[in-house]
Amino acid sequence: MSTTLAWRGWLLSPAPASRRQARLGGWYRSWLAFRRNGLAMTGLAVVLALVLMAAIAPLVADPATANMQVLAHRLQPASWAHPFGTDELGRDILVRILFGARVTLTIVVLVSLIVVPVGLSLGLPAGYFGGVVDSILMRITDIFLAFPRLMLAFAFAAALGAGIDNAVIAIALTTWPPYARLARAEVLTVRRAEFIEAAELQGASHLRILLTQILPLCLPSVIIRLTLDMAGVILTAAGLGFLGLGAQPPQAEWGAMVSTGRDVLLDQWWVATVPGLAIFIASLGFNLLGDGLRDVADARSA
Amino acid sequence: MSAATAAARGHDGWVPRVAGPVRRAVSLLFSVVLTFLGLTCVTFVIGRLIPIDPVLAIVGDKASVQTYNLVRHEIGLDKPVYVQYWRYLVKVLHGDFGNSVITSHPVLQDLLHVFPATIELSLLSLIIGVALGIPLGVIAATHRGRWQDQIIRFGSLLGYSMPVFWLGLVGLLLFYAKLGWVAGPGRVDIAFDGMVTPITGLITVDSLIEGQYDVFWNAVSHLILPSSILGYLSLAYVARMTRSFMIGQLKQEYVLATLAKGLSPFRVVWVHALGNIWVQLVTVIALTFGSLLEGAILTETVFAWPGLGLYMKNSLFNADLNAVIGGTMLVGVVYIGLNLLSDLLYPLVDPRARERR
Repeated sequence: MSTTLAWRGWLLSPAPASRRQARLGGWYRSWLAFRRNGLAMTGLAVVLALVLMAAIAPLVADPATANMQVLAHRLQPASWAHPFGTDELGRDILVRILFGARVTLTIVVLVSLIVVPVGLSLGLPAGYFGGVVDSILMRITDIFLAFPRLMLAFAFAAALGAGIDNAVIAIALTTWPPYARLARAEVLTVRRAEFIEAAELQGASHLRILLTQILPLCLPSVIIRLTLDMAGVILTAAGLGFLGLGAQPPQAEWGAMVSTGRDVLLDQWWVATVPGLAIFIASLGFNLLGDGLRDVADARSA
Repeated sequence: MSAATAAARGHDGWVPRVAGPVRRAVSLLFSVVLTFLGLTCVTFVIGRLIPIDPVLAIVGDKASVQTYNLVRHEIGLDKPVYVQYWRYLVKVLHGDFGNSVITSHPVLQDLLHVFPATIELSLLSLIIGVALGIPLGVIAATHRGRWQDQIIRFGSLLGYSMPVFWLGLVGLLLFYAKLGWVAGPGRVDIAFDGMVTPITGLITVDSLIEGQYDVFWNAVSHLILPSSILGYLSLAYVARMTRSFMIGQLKQEYVLATLAKGLSPFRVVWVHALGNIWVQLVTVIALTFGSLLEGAILTETVFAWPGLGLYMKNSLFNADLNAVIGGTMLVGVVYIGLNLLSDLLYPLVDPRARERR
């Protein structure tokens, strides 16, 4: 108990002795603010649960069981053996939901890994150099912003062929523009700051200044935006799966599961509704988490 | 009054007064043309990515090599890419997207045939979303932090997170199959199909014009469920944006000033503050309409709604390249149009935007 108190005192110290202590203390204060927000904590719990589900899926069931067809057990309602029932091929829906979490998380992570670097590499130079570079880069971004994004994602996915990797490319191609705008706006707020000038005077290259001085300042808002966007990415990915443009059978994907459940909706309602509920909860979790993070960030900047 | 506006009001001020709007119009036109060209580039790329051989689609797989090469030459596939793009662009500008493989009609004709169904559903959903979303957003802003705000915020967050195709299925299951309150998928019952001759293409309007009230009520019964669901999703976005714009307004000092002068809080909120955010709301409404149109591909699949979305979905799955590109272009052009419209409406709803620039 006393050690935790000592930790708290060290973290919340008004006069931190080192840079590390100051930084950790800042994070701790944000965490305290975040913790007070009930909805945001719910969101965090949902996202963590999603990660946990994806992690334990292969431990709970053999990957083969997720696709194992037991036709004698097809379309069973919920029972102890099958908590969420079985689908039209006698596969356990709970197990498929767990494996579906892996697909969803894979898409979310891969999209983030593409979108953030692309957005930053267009937005940072635009804001930093200004002038012609800015005009050209932002024109490109604006053109992409004015497109019907969902429609293009569908068209790209159809053109590239169904599959998770193509779904990721299709979603990423239509998700990056706001990040370029965001990064540019963040750069503009610090562009004339004295620490940038100091770095310039010390002979730091443009690339070095962008990467070491400006990039870290952009990350918080990028992360918040990313969290909020992930909800939309999950919905788009599920939509692609629902239309048959995402993960291909027999791979367990939530949107595709809803789609197959459609045929038996009236008699075996759980086949379509349970995976849909999973999509909804996952997306809600990211929205709640993102909202909470934004509130903390707003409170800090205010 | 700034120097620029003072000059604009002066005796020789006609130059800036004309130059402002002209410059604005030119820059708008420029960005519209650029976006349109971008759209044609992207659809052109999509067309080349699609793993369908357009020549085979025409000649069939039993054709001889000579026929194949002849057709390939005829449709210009042996030309360099930029020549192909130029040909494509010229065709698009003439409204020529080729013929649909499924229906064998020109794609443009097909699109114009199915589009009214999508417009009817999207427009009604938009009306529901805006009519409810704006008041709810204002109430949330004026009751910030209290239970009204919490409920509205959470309700719109739920809408934000909802997979539309799933909500549609659950709605059909509950209100159509179990409760029987609304009609099922489709635009009208099969018995009423084709009874109304299209005038506007909107079945509710046409049936009223022709006095076929039973068709009208049937169509309404089919419309209620999908439009409420889409209306709810639009509401979620509109209310959220309205709330954050209003919070920004209510912080301003003029609110305090007008209240101090004795204006009723009701008037200050609903007339003065709301009046000031109309500019931003116009953009939000345009964006909402755009997302309803592009979301049609999912909703119309669920509700078997014979509009653009269903047409696109069928084309996607039958490798109907021309139809896919035509549909994407149509939604893209409408999108650009909506953006332009909200830019043009700016000065109308906000006198400040009229004076500046």
